[in-house]
Amino acid sequence: MNRPAAAAVTGASLGLLNCHVCGQLSRAAAGAHEAHVAHAARCPRCASALHLRKPDSISRTWALLVAAMILYVPANMLPMMKTSSLFGTQSDTIMSGVIYFWTSGSWYLALIIFFASIMVPMLKMLALVLLLVTVQKGSRWQREQRARLYRLVEFVGRWSMLDIYVVAVIVALVQLKALATIEPGPGAIAFGAVVVLTMFAAMTFDPRLIWDAREKNDG
Amino acid sequence: MSGALTACHECDLLQREAALPQGGIVHCARCGAELFRSHPHSLERSLALTVSAVVLFVIANSFPIVGLQLDGQVIQTTLFNTVRTLWHEEMKLVAALVFVTTIAMPALQLFAVAYLLLPLRFGRVPARFALVFRILQTVRPWGMVEVFMLGVLVSLVKLAHLAGVVAGIALWSFAALMLVMAGLGAVFDARGLWARAAALR
Repeated sequence: MNRPAAAAVTGASLGLLNCHVCGQLSRAAAGAHEAHVAHAARCPRCASALHLRKPDSISRTWALLVAAMILYVPANMLPMMKTSSLFGTQSDTIMSGVIYFWTSGSWYLALIIFFASIMVPMLKMLALVLLLVTVQKGSRWQREQRARLYRLVEFVGRWSMLDIYVVAVIVALVQLKALATIEPGPGAIAFGAVVVLTMFAAMTFDPRLIWDAREKNDG
Repeated sequence: MSGALTACHECDLLQREAALPQGGIVHCARCGAELFRSHPHSLERSLALTVSAVVLFVIANSFPIVGLQLDGQVIQTTLFNTVRTLWHEEMKLVAALVFVTTIAMPALQLFAVAYLLLPLRFGRVPARFALVFRILQTVRPWGMVEVFMLGVLVSLVKLAHLAGVVAGIALWSFAALMLVMAGLGAVFDARGLWARAAALR
């Protein structure tokens, strides 16, 4: 990959708006350097709303992220599933499910669930905090790595839905009253909300902000 | 150096579009994000994959995914039945989430791709091309067929100690659908689509 020259020319610096839906580059109307003017612009090709940067990216991402962090607690503490059988009632949180798989010999499944349901949401939230804080500080530290981190966050977030699907399939199948009944627990709602909120948080974050610090510091 | 100007969608760096060999991928010079790629016969391949995805999607939703075998009895569930059970278990939000990510969004995605590509293949630009394209781009991150597939496999292992587990027709269709949709994601060329539409207008 060849390095660009020291002075990087961005679309924004020339008043060029990049459509985030279809990729068409268009010239912003005069005075569009102020965010509120550019806000009203529409892509000439696909008519999506155009912005130099995603509107209120940092505060919106923070709001979604904090909500997700709060819900992460009940998502892990409340049961995902309640199993009632002749031998009594048992509540399973995500972690107890992981432990169950680990002790019953399916360690690879334990790892998959541990990674998808516990590590991914947590690392995703930590990564977004890191991105937000460094952008707010106008940091020039490790920009390329941070851009890569953002791409990873966007890619990996969806896999956290795994446990929701596991609960859904098991609940639907085990409706045998004689054997056991399995009900979904309130943890499932909180967990689903965490996944959706962090996905929205990653979408509202504007990775171009990572690179904007450079222009300001150089100028 | 006479390509059109383009701005990286991830870092906003302005750069000229390089001439691309068939199958090549262009990355941003500064942040490394994938800008676009060129696929030979992208339109035809996308269309072929879409048609097979539609067939697989219909099968995957009409037949049971998995069944439990117990005392000669077999309990089976389809994907929609899973959603309905969750709904009746007072888990309406979770039911909605499963429905949206495994049924509604993939269906909408396939419909949108077919709607855009089929007329283009025969030299016509479909009405409301831009609107449908925008819907497609919004819908894409929310279709989670591949995650659902893994979820089914995990629950199969989890249930295997309770009763005999029977894989249904839909399980195989879902596995195939997952592969076909991944292929569609790789072959689909949004930039080429707009170029083709522009040439036809």
